Amino acid sequence: MPTWMKRLCLCWKRSALLLFGVLAFVPLPARAVLGDTAASVLTDQARMKGSLRSVDAKAYVMHEITVDSGTVVREYVSPAGVVFAVAWEGQFPPDFEQLLGPYYQQAKQATSQQERHGRGPIFVDTPGLVVQQSGHPRSFHGQAYVPQLIPEGVKASDIR
Amino acid sequence: MRRFALLFVVAIVVWIAGCSSSSTPNTVTGVTLSCLPSPIQSSQQNQCIATVTGTGSFSTTVTWTASGGSIASNGVYTAPVVLSPTTFTITGTSTQNTHDSAMTTVTVNPVNATPITVDAGPQPQTFTAVNEAFTSVTVCVPNTSTCQTIDHILVDTGTSGLRLLSSVLTVPLPQQNDSSGNPLDECMVFLDGYAWGPVALADISIAGEKASSAPVQVMIPDSGSPPVPSDCSSRSMGFNEGNSVSALGANGILGVGLFQQDCGTKCTSANGTIPPVYYECPSSGCNPTYVTLAQQVPNPVILFSFDNNGVVISLPVVPEGGVPTENGSLIFGIGTQTNNAVPTSATVYTVPNSGTNAGELTTTFNGVSYPSTIESGATGIFFLDSATTGITTCTVKGSTWYCPTTSPDNLSAINQGANGNKGIVNFSIEDANKLLSSSHTAFSTLGAPAPMPGTFDWGLSFFFGRTVFTAIDGKSAPGGPPPYIAY
Repeated sequence: MPTWMKRLCLCWKRSALLLFGVLAFVPLPARAVLGDTAASVLTDQARMKGSLRSVDAKAYVMHEITVDSGTVVREYVSPAGVVFAVAWEGQFPPDFEQLLGPYYQQAKQATSQQERHGRGPIFVDTPGLVVQQSGHPRSFHGQAYVPQLIPEGVKASDIR
Repeated sequence: MRRFALLFVVAIVVWIAGCSSSSTPNTVTGVTLSCLPSPIQSSQQNQCIATVTGTGSFSTTVTWTASGGSIASNGVYTAPVVLSPTTFTITGTSTQNTHDSAMTTVTVNPVNATPITVDAGPQPQTFTAVNEAFTSVTVCVPNTSTCQTIDHILVDTGTSGLRLLSSVLTVPLPQQNDSSGNPLDECMVFLDGYAWGPVALADISIAGEKASSAPVQVMIPDSGSPPVPSDCSSRSMGFNEGNSVSALGANGILGVGLFQQDCGTKCTSANGTIPPVYYECPSSGCNPTYVTLAQQVPNPVILFSFDNNGVVISLPVVPEGGVPTENGSLIFGIGTQTNNAVPTSATVYTVPNSGTNAGELTTTFNGVSYPSTIESGATGIFFLDSATTGITTCTVKGSTWYCPTTSPDNLSAINQGANGNKGIVNFSIEDANKLLSSSHTAFSTLGAPAPMPGTFDWGLSFFFGRTVFTAIDGKSAPGGPPPYIAY
């Protein structure tokens, strides 16, 4: 796809986001985000009753939702319009069932297979899903991404 | 003839004694006392010594009395049990002249230290604990003698609040109700799992300290009642740690961390969304609710009469390869008694008390800074990733650990507090595969990655060979203000 087409495409997507922004005031059904379309960001925002800030990093758009409890959720959307990564931090972890969607069960499955030796951060490193959460119960930090969905030119370390 | 000789000797002795008394009377002129050391702790002993002065031939003995505790005729004083510093008066009265007496005082402090053990975990051994520091806690139905002492309670400076597994609890702790009279339950989310169950009230005794009518969480299994709300379990990617002793890795958790309550003001004020932490549970079901600070599960230390500003964990050096078991001590209070003073060799690292980095230090590794925590409840040292550290990883029983090919791998990082204080941490990582396949349970060199976005979690491995002070937010402590960590 020529660059101008990509730009046009992105431009259209931004208009669509704005449109969804208006629609966000209408109650929407809760749905999954990781691996889902950009529209699910707004669903999430509506569900979390949070404020939204979006940053265009060229290779992806990062939407940051700040909930009134102080928890911050960042959702990373690829040029293809897919949420390829999510990150969170704050006193209360987000609702993972909603944020990770089908990947939630995958994450739980992976942690349940880890034999318990003690306690500490979660780290799931599978070919189809990478999840980590560290910090402590006043300050959680975590991220999840689907390696296959990461757009070209984006590194896992860009997710913050 | 012999009898006369004896009488003669006695007569001479009496005559000589009589002579001396006529020149200097046999009188007691004063009594002074000292009891050392002071202060001492509940039930401890010290030695009181009376110095009796006088003229002529006089008795140096005194009769001892104490306003509390007991004192033997040889001056050995035994302190009573106290919950806060109490001063007792010791009196020594001359046996020869009861008008001559002296008083001194002995200050008695509560016993503030209790042993901690790092071992394979509670019996029956259904799993092997690694790098878990355990202690014993006594809980009683408030204001009664219906009590239970529970061993293998995990000492965790990363959380606040006492949590006990319902399956090990045998005393009927009363349920705490919320302001509407409904039963109050809690969802406590940890990094790798969660705890669900009723908030109950207990008199908690640890060492010689007591927290009366303290809210505690009773951790119930998935099959328990009330059932786990879906918005509780969905906040965790782990499992219900209240399911069993092996799920928790302990019989309970003693959270003696940086904060006074497990939730704090975020759970008290009507700020829009009620956090899914405290739930009111009428028979119709459980819903999130606001609670006052007093209704929340507190760090029990804040309810002690004394020694209530923090804790000290002291553990000996553990050599490479680890040791089968290890013993140390958990000391309550910071700078309140002789055994918990912050030494001048220690550095105080203050941490923010709110925001997304609440309770966190900064750790710099290879010139890059990362948020970090120091907590006894975490197993090893969880930090960064293979690409950043250059240490290979391996999978041991489903979990990723660091397994350096050149073992040990010696590393260095810099910890920094919000107050700007800095200190170098030299640490070593050994092959976790080798460590975890041994029968040892205490390791100073166990490490695992925590790659995204890059954090340091200094768990129990960090505590070996150190004395670590954890000072509670809102209290005052030397070198503070808290919250801080010092070592």
